[in-house]
Amino acid sequence: MSARSGPERRGESGLVFRVIPCLDVKDGRVVKGIQFQDLRDLGDPAESAARYASEGADEIVFLDITAAPESRETDLDWVRRTAETVFVPLTVGGGVRRPEDAERLLRSGADKVATNTAALEDPKLLTELAERFGSQCVVLSVDAKRLPGDGPPRWDVVTHGGRKARGIDALEWIERGIAHGAGEILLTSIDADGTKDGYDLDLLHAVAERVTVPVIASGGAGTLEHLVDGLRSGASAVLAASIFHEGTHRIDDVKRALAERGFAMRLESGRVPSGSSA
Amino acid sequence: MKTEATNRPPVAVIDAGVGNLGNLFRALRHVGADPELTTDPATVERSTTIVLPGVGAFRPPRERMRGGLERALRSALDSGAHLLGICIGYQLLFDSSTEFGTTDGLGLLPGRIDRLPESVALPQIGWNRLVRRADHPLLSGIPDGENEGLFYFVHSYAPYDVPETVRLAEAVHGGAFVAVAGRGRVYGTQFHPEKSGPNGLRLLRNFLDLAENRAAVCPN
Repeated sequence: MSARSGPERRGESGLVFRVIPCLDVKDGRVVKGIQFQDLRDLGDPAESAARYASEGADEIVFLDITAAPESRETDLDWVRRTAETVFVPLTVGGGVRRPEDAERLLRSGADKVATNTAALEDPKLLTELAERFGSQCVVLSVDAKRLPGDGPPRWDVVTHGGRKARGIDALEWIERGIAHGAGEILLTSIDADGTKDGYDLDLLHAVAERVTVPVIASGGAGTLEHLVDGLRSGASAVLAASIFHEGTHRIDDVKRALAERGFAMRLESGRVPSGSSA
Repeated sequence: MKTEATNRPPVAVIDAGVGNLGNLFRALRHVGADPELTTDPATVERSTTIVLPGVGAFRPPRERMRGGLERALRSALDSGAHLLGICIGYQLLFDSSTEFGTTDGLGLLPGRIDRLPESVALPQIGWNRLVRRADHPLLSGIPDGENEGLFYFVHSYAPYDVPETVRLAEAVHGGAFVAVAGRGRVYGTQFHPEKSGPNGLRLLRNFLDLAENRAAVCPN
């Protein structure tokens, strides 16, 4: 076996790093804006997800970004349509306040649900979700904002697209969330999100050092080097939006380049067999 | 999306009370099957193509299978049916499991279900590659390379003490475990083919092909 680096930080494993496109969804359409503002329409979620899956996306994350601020029910038709043609894991976040919300998402075809604000307001939600659906289904999404000041960096948890500071230390919250049942951390730097200046590597490193569950790096990826840095800083998966949406990089090109840099990857054609036998 | 293939018998998907099977159904339909969820022993008994899925823990679906369903499954297999176990459904095929005390399995494949080593993060969640142990039609057309032939796993337990003749492929997570096993017309995968992209769909298609062409049964 060649010397290659994998996401498992403890023992021997054939697990590979994951490359995950993220689709922000509003009113059933993919949108993108800088720091959750100035939203532009980027198309149909199911079509975008199918294209990414065919390029080799290891998983697809949908975040319904209007669900928390406007407290509206998530319309799930696009989840169902995506699950009809996309056969890689689908994570859906936004508006998961009760186990019933998660159940509706899972029944519509999601494999995991991400929860953010509601878990902060009542961490028992994570326990209820884990007990009912298993920790592997429960992604804790954390938006972290770096606090100003000298000394070791610290991050505050923020919600509502960064508009609301919660006065909670992000690292402590993540550990507490895992103890409550979260099986994975989707870690977004609100400072970096949308900037294409790279992930907050201090944040990633600080979190990955403390936890054994997978950490998904999010917020700020603009180049291939940013993805490399994210994986080197301890992330099990790198999530990006704009570099894929805007066609700067194709997922298969990115994965091949990461594999050449020594990161274990899943590289294969995305042709999906269907219908009668080949 | 399908149903030109009217000559295909329905695929009986045994509902052992393990929850959400929507994505398995979507994947089976995508490769041209007509899946039918059932808890009815009579339906299972007359089926020629059977899938036993499962997520969660070993014991609840095992207890659910006892009695009529288990007898029906054995009777169908005796009559030549093909069976694919997935994840916990795969684990149920073996002799026993040590999850929450020892529980007997269906004993259709030799081996024991045990916890993966603590030297790695559990559960294993993610894409892992297969190391082929046999050339079997269930894995036909699926690439076999360093960065290819990966499948999506979600589990903390796996089969051990599986005889060489029954191992079709292994994967490594804190050591090697048997990720695909098969003997006669009984097969199983520890991973989720319905979430494993083109490879997983190909494996489901291969299973249907095996079931539809009885002459092609592999001797091991």
